[in-house]
This record gives sequence, C-alpha cells and structure tokens, in this order.
Amino acid sequence: MSIGHTLLGLLESGPRHGYDLKRAFDEKFGHDRPLHYGQVYSTMSRLLKNGLVEVDGVEAGGGPERKRYAITEAGITDVEAWLKQPEKPEPYLQSTLYTKVVLALLTGRSAGDLLDTQRAEHLRLMRILTDRKRRGDLSDQLICDHALFHLEADLRWLELTAARLDQLATEVRA
Amino acid sequence: MTPAGSLLLAKDLRKSYGSTPALDGAEFSIHPGEVVAVMGPSGSGKSTLLHCLAGIVTPDSGSILYNGRELSSMKDAERSALRRSEFGFVFQFGQLVPELTCTENVALPLRLTGVRRKEAERTALSWMERLEVEDLGNKRPGEVSGGQGQRVAVARSLVTSPRVVFADEPTGALDSLNGERVMQLLTEAARSTNAAVVLVTHEARVAAYSDREVVVRDGKSRDMMLEHSV
Amino acid sequence: MTRRLRELALGAKFAFTGGREGWIRTLLTALGVGLGVALLFAAASIPHVNQASSARGDARVPAASGGKKAFERTDSSVLFDMVGTEYRGESIGGLMLRPEGKHPAVPPGLGALPGPGEMAASPALRDLLDSPKGELLRQRLPYKVTASIGDAGLLDPTELFFYAGSSTLTEASGAARTNAFGGEVEKLPLNPVLVALTVVACVVLLLPVIIFIATAVRFGGERRDKRLAALRLVGADTGMTRWIAAGEALAGSALGLLVGTALFLFGRELVGGVRFWSFAAFPADFTPAPALAALVLLAVPLAAVVVTLFTMRSVAVEPLGVVRATKPRRRRVWWRLLLPAAGVAVLALSPRAGVDQGVTDPNLVAIGAILTLTGIATLLPWLVEAAVARLRGGPVAWQLAVRRLQLGGGTASRAVAGITVAVAGAISLQMMTTGIHADFVRTTDQDPSRAQVDVTANFPSGERAQRMIHDFRATKGVQAVIGTVETYATRPGAYTGDQIRPTTSLTVGDCATLAELARVGSCRDGDTFVVHPADDKRLSAWVDQAARPGEAVNLDTTSDYDSSAEPLLWTLPRSARQVLSRPDPMGEHRYGIFATPGAVDVTKLPSAETKAMIKVDRAVPDAAEYVRNTAAVIDPAMHVRTIDNVERDKQYASVQSGLRTGAIATMLLIALSLLVSQIEQLRERRRLLSVLVAFGTRRSSLALSVLWQTAVPVVLGVVLAVAGGTALGVALLDMVGKEVTDWWLFLPLAGTGTVTVLVVTLLSLPPLWRLMRPDGLRTE
Repeated sequence: MSIGHTLLGLLESGPRHGYDLKRAFDEKFGHDRPLHYGQVYSTMSRLLKNGLVEVDGVEAGGGPERKRYAITEAGITDVEAWLKQPEKPEPYLQSTLYTKVVLALLTGRSAGDLLDTQRAEHLRLMRILTDRKRRGDLSDQLICDHALFHLEADLRWLELTAARLDQLATEVRA
Repeated sequence: MTPAGSLLLAKDLRKSYGSTPALDGAEFSIHPGEVVAVMGPSGSGKSTLLHCLAGIVTPDSGSILYNGRELSSMKDAERSALRRSEFGFVFQFGQLVPELTCTENVALPLRLTGVRRKEAERTALSWMERLEVEDLGNKRPGEVSGGQGQRVAVARSLVTSPRVVFADEPTGALDSLNGERVMQLLTEAARSTNAAVVLVTHEARVAAYSDREVVVRDGKSRDMMLEHSV
Repeated sequence: MTRRLRELALGAKFAFTGGREGWIRTLLTALGVGLGVALLFAAASIPHVNQASSARGDARVPAASGGKKAFERTDSSVLFDMVGTEYRGESIGGLMLRPEGKHPAVPPGLGALPGPGEMAASPALRDLLDSPKGELLRQRLPYKVTASIGDAGLLDPTELFFYAGSSTLTEASGAARTNAFGGEVEKLPLNPVLVALTVVACVVLLLPVIIFIATAVRFGGERRDKRLAALRLVGADTGMTRWIAAGEALAGSALGLLVGTALFLFGRELVGGVRFWSFAAFPADFTPAPALAALVLLAVPLAAVVVTLFTMRSVAVEPLGVVRATKPRRRRVWWRLLLPAAGVAVLALSPRAGVDQGVTDPNLVAIGAILTLTGIATLLPWLVEAAVARLRGGPVAWQLAVRRLQLGGGTASRAVAGITVAVAGAISLQMMTTGIHADFVRTTDQDPSRAQVDVTANFPSGERAQRMIHDFRATKGVQAVIGTVETYATRPGAYTGDQIRPTTSLTVGDCATLAELARVGSCRDGDTFVVHPADDKRLSAWVDQAARPGEAVNLDTTSDYDSSAEPLLWTLPRSARQVLSRPDPMGEHRYGIFATPGAVDVTKLPSAETKAMIKVDRAVPDAAEYVRNTAAVIDPAMHVRTIDNVERDKQYASVQSGLRTGAIATMLLIALSLLVSQIEQLRERRRLLSVLVAFGTRRSSLALSVLWQTAVPVVLGVVLAVAGGTALGVALLDMVGKEVTDWWLFLPLAGTGTVTVLVVTLLSLPPLWRLMRPDGLRTE
C-alpha cells in the first residue's frame, strides 16, 4: 500500500495539518495499526520535495506537526494515475484496493470503474492461468489452480465491494 | 475486430417484467468463434440478456442484430426456427427430458429440425463421444450424475452445429472438477466448430474460459469491444 | 401408533396451513370427494326411497276383506272402483269413491272425500290438467278439482293420481266395498332380469365414482411432494412423510365428507320434483340407510389414507427433491386377468333365469359384475404399460408422449380406468336392455305398423258391446271396431295334473260382427259356429277337443281348479257349423266357439269380459287418447290397453338414452380429474417446457405430445372397455337366457371416449401455452 498516495488523496479534499492527516488516516485506513508520526513527517517531506504538495501555512509554536499542507496540481494528477492503474493481481491485495476505493469515493471519482478495471485485470491473469493449465501437466494444473482460487477469492471480494459501494460511500463521507 | 464483423450485436436493450426493469440499456457483441462471458451479480439481468440475445424474449426496446438481421422484427415462428437450427442451449439444470434416453435427448434438436431418427441418433452419438459420455446412451437422465448430465446437455447444444451456443450457468450445479471439465469440453468443442459461445456465469473460474467478459450491473452492461471501436 | 397419529395430525394441519397452494389442493380434493360422497349417499338412500314409497302405497289401498266374507255396509264404508287411466304414455292412478254413511273412511293425504263430480288430484296431475298439454285429459276427467292430495298419499312428488267422488257407483257396476284404507299392495316378485339390470346399473354407476374419489385424493400430489421434501430436509424419515401425506389426504377427504353431505342435502331438495325416467322421490325420502351411510363415512377417509400410503410407495421423497422410482416394478398380469375371468365365470355358472320363470340371485350378479369391472380397471395399467413398452420411434411428439407413458403411465391409466369401467358397464347394460327388448318384440309377435287399442269391461254385456262398437266408430282416429263378449270354454270332466284340459274360447257377437271374424256364411240370431283357424290343422284339432257340437262345455272355469265351485255347463248346439276363420280388421285370426247373443245368455257368464278391439289411424295424433276419452264416457272403470310398439320403442329409447347420459356424465367427471392431473403435470414440468421452447420446439409438437399422452391410455382403455363390456354383456344376457342382437352398441360410447380425450387436450392447451413462456427459464 502506498502511504504517500493515500495521504495525497486525503489532502485532495482540502489543506490539512500534519496531525490532522495522521488522525484521518488512522480513522479510515489505520484500524489496528495507527500510523507512526515519523512516517507522516518523512512521507510529507518526500512529497514536498517532489512538488506534489506545498506548505500552506504554519501554526504558532512551530514543529513539523504544525505545518499545514495543500495538494498541488501535480499531486492531483499523481493520485488520478494511481487510482486508475489496476493493481497487479496478487494475494493479500485487499488493503491497497480498499484504500483506493475509499479514496475514490472521498475524491468523487468512480469507484465502480476502479473495481471493473481491477476485475478485468484479475480475469486477464485468470485466463492466462487457465490457458496454461489447459496445456500443462498435472503439477502445472495444481499450481495454476491454487493461484486461480486465490484470484477468484479476490474477485469475489471485488464483486461484493462493488455491490456495497453506495453503503460504503455514505459511511466514508460521514 | 469491429462491430461490423459481429455475429450478434445488441445495443441499448431495455426489458421490464412488470414494473421491475431487468435490462436498462445493455449492449453486447460477439464474433464467430468467440467465447464471451456475461458476468454480474445475481439479479443483475444476465439471464434476461441471454434470453433476449437468443430470441427467446423480445426486448421492450433496442436492437439485436444476428448476422445482420434484426431479431426483434422476426416472427415467433422464424425465431423458433433460428433457435432450432443456428443456436444451441445449455442451462443450469432441469433441461434434459427425463423420459427420453440420453441419446434421444441429444438427438432431440436434430429431430426438431426434421432429421430422421436413425441419422439424428448417429450424429448424437458422435457428439457424445466427443464429450466422453457415449456410454450413457441408453440411460435416462435420472440415472446419470450431474456432471454427466451436463455433458449430455452440452452435446445436445452442439449437435446441430450451431453458430452460437448460449450457456446459462452451465456449471452452476456442479462441483469444481466437474464444472471445469464441462467448461473445457464446451469451449474446445465450440472452438473446433467456430461456434460463438455466450456464457452467463457468476463464477470467475468459469469466466476464465472465455476470451473476454461483459459485465452486467443493474440491467446495464458495457461491452469494451464496442467502446474501443468507437 | 401414537407416533403415526401424530404424523397424520401434522399432515392434516398442513392441508389447511399450506398456504394458497395447499388450500387449493385441499379444496380440489374436498370437491372431488364431495361429489363422489354425495352420489354414494344418494345410492345409499335408494332402499329408504323404495321403502317409504311402498309404505305410502300400502297405506292408501282400500282394505281388503279377509277371505270370502264381504264388508258390511256401515257408517264408514265406501264403495270404490279403480278408474286409473293412461295419458300419452304416463299412467294415472285413480279411485272412484262413493261414501255410504256420514263418517266414511278417508285415504291418507285427503281431509275429506271429494263430493260427486269433484276430485282431489295430486299436484303433478293438477299441473298437467291446468296446462295446455292436459286438454284431452280434462275431457276424460271432467271432475272439478277441489283438493290436492298431500304428500302422505302419494308415492312420489311426480305421481299422477286422483280420487273422484261419485253418487252413482254400485256393486252391480263393478265397484267394491271397503271400510278403511291401508293394507298391503300385492308385491310381485321382481322380474329377475330387472333385478340383474338394476344390480349391474348400480355397480356400473358406483365403481367409477369410487375410482373418481381415489383419483381426487391424489389431486395436487406433485406440489405436496415438494413440501414433503422440505420436511425430509429437516429430519422426517420416509415413513413419516408417507403418513404426513396420508394425513393431508385424510383432511381433504374429511372436508370432502362435509362438502358431500352439504351437496347431498342441497341436491335432494333440487331433485325432489324431478322425474328420472321412472324414478322420483320426495326430498325426505332421500335418507341414506344408516349402515350404508356409516360405511361411506368410514370407508372414504380410510380409502384416502390407504390410497395415499399405497401410491407413496413408488415415490421416494428425498430431502432435496422428489424422485419417482425410475424403474417401476413390472406389473404382473396374472391376478389382473384372474379378476375379470372370475367375474365372467361367476356369471356363467350362476343359475339361469328367464323373463317369466326362475330366479336370479342378485348377489351373484353383483359379485360377477363387480369382479369383471374391477378386473377391467386393474387390467388397464398393465395393458397401457405392456402396449407402450414396445413402442419406439415415431415423430418427436409421439416419442415424447410414449416415453412419458413408459415411465409414468400409472397416473394416466388410473384416471382412465374410471372411463373404462363406465364405458364397459354402459356397453353391457345397453346390450342387456337391447336383448330384452328384442325378446319382447319377438314373443308378442306384434306388427309394429299396426296401432291397436283393446278396451275391456270386466263384466259381460251385449248392450255394452253394441254401444262400444257404436261409440268407438264415432271416435276420432278410429278405423275399425269389433265388439264382443268373450270367455273361456273348457271340456268338462276330471283331469289329472299332467293332463291338459281342452280349452278354447267362446266369442259372442251379433251376426255382422261374427261375419267380420269368420266365414260364417248365412247367419241368424241363435246360430253357433265352431271356427277353425285357417291353415292350422293342429290348432283346429285342439279346438275340436273342446268344441264338440251336441256336447257340453264348461263356461265357469273356476270350477276346473276349485272343487267347491259349480261348473256352468252349456251345450253347444248340434247345429253348430264348422267354418274357417278370416283375418279380422286388425289382421288377426280368431277361432273357437262363436255364438250369437240368442244362443247364449251373456249376463249369466261369470268370468266373461266385454271387449272392443279398435284399430286406430296412426296418422291421427293422440288417437289412443280419444279412444280413452270415449271409454271414460261409457264407463270410467273400463280398461284400455294400447298395443303400440312406437310407445314401447320410446320407452326403450329413453332407457337407452338414460344409460348413455349416465355414462357420459361419468366420463365428464373423469375427464375433469384427467384435466386436473394433466395441468398439474404440465406445471411440474414448466421449466422443461421452457427449455424445449428455447430450443425452438414448435408449440404444435408439444400440444400433440399432450394429446398422445392422453389419447394412448384412453384408446387402450376404450378398447379394453369394448372387449370387457361386450364379454360382460354376453355373460349377463346368457344368464337371463337371451341372445345378443346388436354387436355395435359400443360405437357411441367409444366415440364419447374419444371426444373426452380431445376435450381434455383442448382444455389443457391454454395452460400449456402459458407455461411455455420463457418465464420458466428464470432461475428459481
């Protein structure tokens, strides 16, 4: 999962302070693993360096957590590109996909399209595996089947998420 | 490939059952020899799309061109004739006539087109061989397993050498192994005869036997092939 | 045991709580069973109907004096004469009454005796007299209707009966005296042929009803099986499902008993005033015999349970659906053949009976008919299976139907079994009635082209004979009249039991009349003749045995067998001439002793009758009624008898059409159950039908397959019915000593069977079209 893209995406709805960003991230994606503040600081400085964010203002008292960041045009383009790019189908993809879906919803982009693109990508790989299985021997078949079942599980998750997008949107925007 | 080369091309299909819309602007295309999966959650309108494409159901609006002819302007008898001679069907369950033997079931579509019994059963037997169920010839559907029955059904769908095979959840009632085998035999047989296959399924592993997929959601479907060509 | 009861109760509960489907199923069963039960109740009422009506008959006969002692004239005595008549084929009963005192006996149903010139009529007779149809009858019964006869005085609500008052009736004019009403009508032993006919009719009508009840219990079975599958899923075992199903059937049939009782009570009010051929009864007479009613009330629910348990044997209800045994057990033929064979054997071996003599044991007839007909019903499923098993190929529709029958022919043939029994029974009944009819025509040797009326007065009177000749000649439609006084003449002397006493007849008429009957040549009053039948030597010799000129003949034949009576000897004058007979105006030959009134004093002849033989013109409608009217003017107590084959044919035809109507009604009933199971089967197969339509199967193919599926069992059933019915008919006719006269009586009935198939198919087409819509493809 890309923390940088996630924080950028969170900034898209408006400038935020560093501690605000951390709290928003923890609330929406952190769950049982809250983000360490040092990670926010290093990520933001990288983004600042790449011109994807800019400092919008500093509160009295100084310190990096008091800086207010805003996303730049380049930053928005970067988020856009990241969301559009399907993830390489691989196991345990959910957290990234989930983040992407939530961000898409938060930033008013089409989460459905995102899921469709991802599904197509999954299916493309499944076709390749199915084809390989058809030509291969039993061990090939078994290995391919393993991968196929995992991919299928992901796909089911995609389907399920797609079916619950409306529900998720209201929750996320709440 | 362009829509112009499509064997079957549907645009902006709408169909309601009572006040419930089943299709609400669906599109679809398929080329000869192509296997296209129609995917989507249950109740999304997949089966209705298949029924419209096969001329079983007339859509409320929209156009379906088969081989350049508009399906919805055909008479019921013409569409029936088309289904007899150029389409094949596989369903999830309950499709074999329980009283007829397996061979007679496979031969049935041929006999409906007027082929004599002996000849129809000979052709049926050769298809049953291809689907590895030739041993079941004299048994009745009640006496064979689900996987075997489904293979008999696949043999039946192919026996008239159709241009399009419509398969609605053909593996829905089967376990993985049997389901895969049926899909493998179906797609291979279809490819060898250059038949197109419209495959309605909600299972990704089944859809993986297709060349591409069309997703139906809330009665709407988008066919990438049509979008790219625009 | 309690477990079984609990399961039955559970099933009964399902019958009423199974949602709309469950309700419809229960109602269908209840209606079907109810129809059958109502019919059974009606049949069970027949003994009471007969008993009640004959009790009323007994209560209204004038009491007869015991032995030879006549009733004394008292304050309550009444003179009466039977003045019943016949009107257009309907018989009208009537008594002419003359009270002899202030407190005369009054027959039941009357408040008081009608005064002279008045009459009390039954409501049906009143209606007839008031209607335009009764115009001629009004002339014959010119009395003023002053009262209606109450129900207590009538055999049935449609009876035509009257009591007329008189002030002129005397014993001399033929009246008798009584002092009370109520006695016993002499019951003739029932004609054995009629008994056999009635018994077979009951069996024929009731067996299909029972079969129909058995089918009705199974209505909606396919749906129920699905529900049972759901029960299997939650842990019911096979035995439990059977008993639960039986419980459902039990509930349906119990409701059916209620429906049947209601239908029966309602129906008997409707049937009250209607006459079916010669049968009618008051609603209150329709009271089932308690034992029979109890039998129906017990047997119907029991049969429902047994039938269900039995049929459920071949159905395996699995948790995930219903599996019908794919390979049903081969039906065995031997015991099925045994039944009808035993039936025919019972009939063939039971004692013979003729129309006039001998007795037929009704129990044997019933057992034989029941065995034969149930045998036919049980033979059918085997026949259908055996016939269908060899069929292959053919067009698609045919193949579908045949294969369907090969796997599940039982359902269809069970329903058809009802049709088969009805048709077979009707065929045998028709053969029987036809055979008896033909026999009647042959023995009476009547020329059907001749319409003749005989009028008889039970006392000898030359004047009466003259008046009859005169009056009848003047009657509309009469072509010829002969009036004579006739009695028997026997040869006196002692004859032992095995000797036949020479007997001939004495015919007294004036010369003109006698000249019409024989070639008498010259004739003067006082002449006598011995008339020989022309061209019959043997009969002429027999006449000469009794009629010996110069010797005596006995004219009071009572003395021939009653030794206490004195013979009345009359010497045939030596001058009696022997002449030959000639065809009379009716075309018949008369012979024996002919005498002119001057030779015999007819008033002295004790058992002589005054007779007029009248030839009427068939072209004149109601000619016989005009004759009766004239006769009534001369003397209301005269007997008028028509010998008219047209009338007879009409009656016969009405029996025939009655049988046909009954058979057709039964077939309709069965067609109904056939239709219900057909539609049910189609519904069960809706998905398959949709799949077949998806393939592009033509509607006509599916419709044809439905047709064949019904037609094959029905055609086989009708063939079996024709064979079995004809065999039964031959056996029954043989039993009553008759021969088969018409082998083709089954044609209209077989035709009805065919029509039934077509109707059932036609009616099942709309649901078929509806089920063929692609909706069935939508996944459930």
